[in-house]
Amino acid sequence: MTDTAWIDQVRLAARRIRRRVLDHTIKHNGGYMSQACSSAEILSTLYLKAMALAPLDRPLRPRPFPGTPKRGNNLYFTGAEFNGRALSHHDRFILSPAHYALVIYAALIEAGRMDPVGLEYFNQDGSSVEMIGAEHSPGCEVTCGSLGQALSQAAGIALARRLRRDSGRVFVFMSDGEFQIGQTWEALQAASHHRLENLILYVDVNRQQCDGQVTSVMTIEPLEKRLESFGWRALRVDGHDPGALEAPSRLEPNGRPLAVLCDTDPCRDLNLLNRNAPKLHYLRFKTTEEREAYRQALEVL
Amino acid sequence: MEMLSKVHTKNLVKWGKTHPKAVVLSADLTSSCEADLFRDTYPDRFFSMGIAEQNMMSFAAGLAREGLMPLVHTFAVFIYRRAYDQLAMSVAYADANVKMFGFLPGILTPGGATHQAIDDIALMRSLPNMTVLEVGDATEVESVLDVMAAVEGPVYIRMLRGELPRLFPADEPMKLDQPRVLSRGRDLTLVTSGVCTEEALRAVTVLKARGLAIQHLHLSTLKPCHSPLVREALETPKYGVLSLENHLATGGLGSILAEKIADGGLGTKLTRLGLQDTFAHGASKAYLMREYGLDALALTSAVERMVDQPLNIREEELSAVRIDAVHSEHKAEAL
Repeated sequence: MTDTAWIDQVRLAARRIRRRVLDHTIKHNGGYMSQACSSAEILSTLYLKAMALAPLDRPLRPRPFPGTPKRGNNLYFTGAEFNGRALSHHDRFILSPAHYALVIYAALIEAGRMDPVGLEYFNQDGSSVEMIGAEHSPGCEVTCGSLGQALSQAAGIALARRLRRDSGRVFVFMSDGEFQIGQTWEALQAASHHRLENLILYVDVNRQQCDGQVTSVMTIEPLEKRLESFGWRALRVDGHDPGALEAPSRLEPNGRPLAVLCDTDPCRDLNLLNRNAPKLHYLRFKTTEEREAYRQALEVL
Repeated sequence: MEMLSKVHTKNLVKWGKTHPKAVVLSADLTSSCEADLFRDTYPDRFFSMGIAEQNMMSFAAGLAREGLMPLVHTFAVFIYRRAYDQLAMSVAYADANVKMFGFLPGILTPGGATHQAIDDIALMRSLPNMTVLEVGDATEVESVLDVMAAVEGPVYIRMLRGELPRLFPADEPMKLDQPRVLSRGRDLTLVTSGVCTEEALRAVTVLKARGLAIQHLHLSTLKPCHSPLVREALETPKYGVLSLENHLATGGLGSILAEKIADGGLGTKLTRLGLQDTFAHGASKAYLMREYGLDALALTSAVERMVDQPLNIREEELSAVRIDAVHSEHKAEAL
């Protein structure tokens, strides 16, 4: 790929992620739409360019729910299989906000890692393609529906990988609301204390959470300064600019874990959604007219 | 009875030598949890996590996912109270191979309610995938490491530190889900765990002298609990079953027995000694065990009620047994 070709591909994938999520939201009268609008370029950049994941022979079809992790459950698998076989030089992807699952599934399809039929299993009884993903869900590796636990687990994984001298890195995707959680700051201080330079954190700073605007719920800014004061290398980038998103992943490690704060628009490419502000966390149509308006928006998206 | 000190400190280092996947995590209580010698001997396998237990639990799960065996050392309360969601979702749900050493079980500390783990068994044993162990003497502190390592999944250990008696012979290690039968008899069944077993041994000696035949079981595995020895002991006693534990009388050992009796349709009368729906406060172990009815005297009083006749057992008589046992190697070996 030439320098600009991948950027076009990422942009196209991001657009298609939003389209898939909107289409799904219209069909099922509900979905985590704003998260797709805000994070589509971040996830596309990670999957198509920044992360070194093992390729798959072909897109995988999600398997049925295998039961919970348990000794003797030989059917058990994790959704990490969609990220390819993880050898020592491969990067790993850890999703933190599990309610981004639909966006992750759409991203896996665009990355050629999940068969598009997988979305049909979304939120179906007995399926692993759950609404709020767990570690059996496509693309997921840890169980992170209880927010704020994934970064700690990823730090443990990063430390273990350092101990066995893996060259691959551990990428974590988080939402900004998770920076209200005490455990997040515990994990941040532990990662810098133990100098986990193989840990790279991408944060979707969309300034939205369940109750509304982050600033109205609990202030987290200035995030960049806070992270730096916790010993991290922190950068702020335009979360819809593939080039800006990708560049930090090529930085030479300098002993500190790296946080890429991605400023995003929760209504990106879907202006209609602004009408729901400041309640953007979950989109559900109140009238048939509203649903029709979104159907029309889908046609031009 | 032989007394030993800092058993875990030395044993962990010895054991760690042959278990290279084992790493120790600590939350600023390294010496208090007898992990300091491990830290000094294997600095590359010791990770300080600070006073941040929620992160420590999830972090440990991450290490376990990569094939390491994290040994979390802190006070029990900070494992299951401070970090319960992390314990349940990062560790137990994932069936992660994390070993948790919970120090100061029950009312062993003058640290007061904040430091006293009185409800940990109740919470831990209700967690799917969790194995729950409790040590009662130096031999079990030494051998619990092999027991927990043989379990491929999360294990919670009610751990002891400092000065410890050797109640059980050093060459009779603790084994998973194998109760120790300390005496036999059909008048009543006594089931004890942890530090309460030492108290019970004093009481049983005196009760035997009064002519009572007692089936005394010591349980160091609280989950799983499938041994036929337990079921048999619950079936036959003339005056019923008595449990004594360093925990609330709800949710722990007594409740385990109640479930067994009910599930088996045995209909045996059960008396559960332990903290009776109350928090405790900071004081000496001896004082608290007396105050909250966990000592040998509380046990003999309960037996009086069960057999419905006065046994006229005085405190001095029980104390005398204790002194005897402390000096008698033979007695401990004969158990």
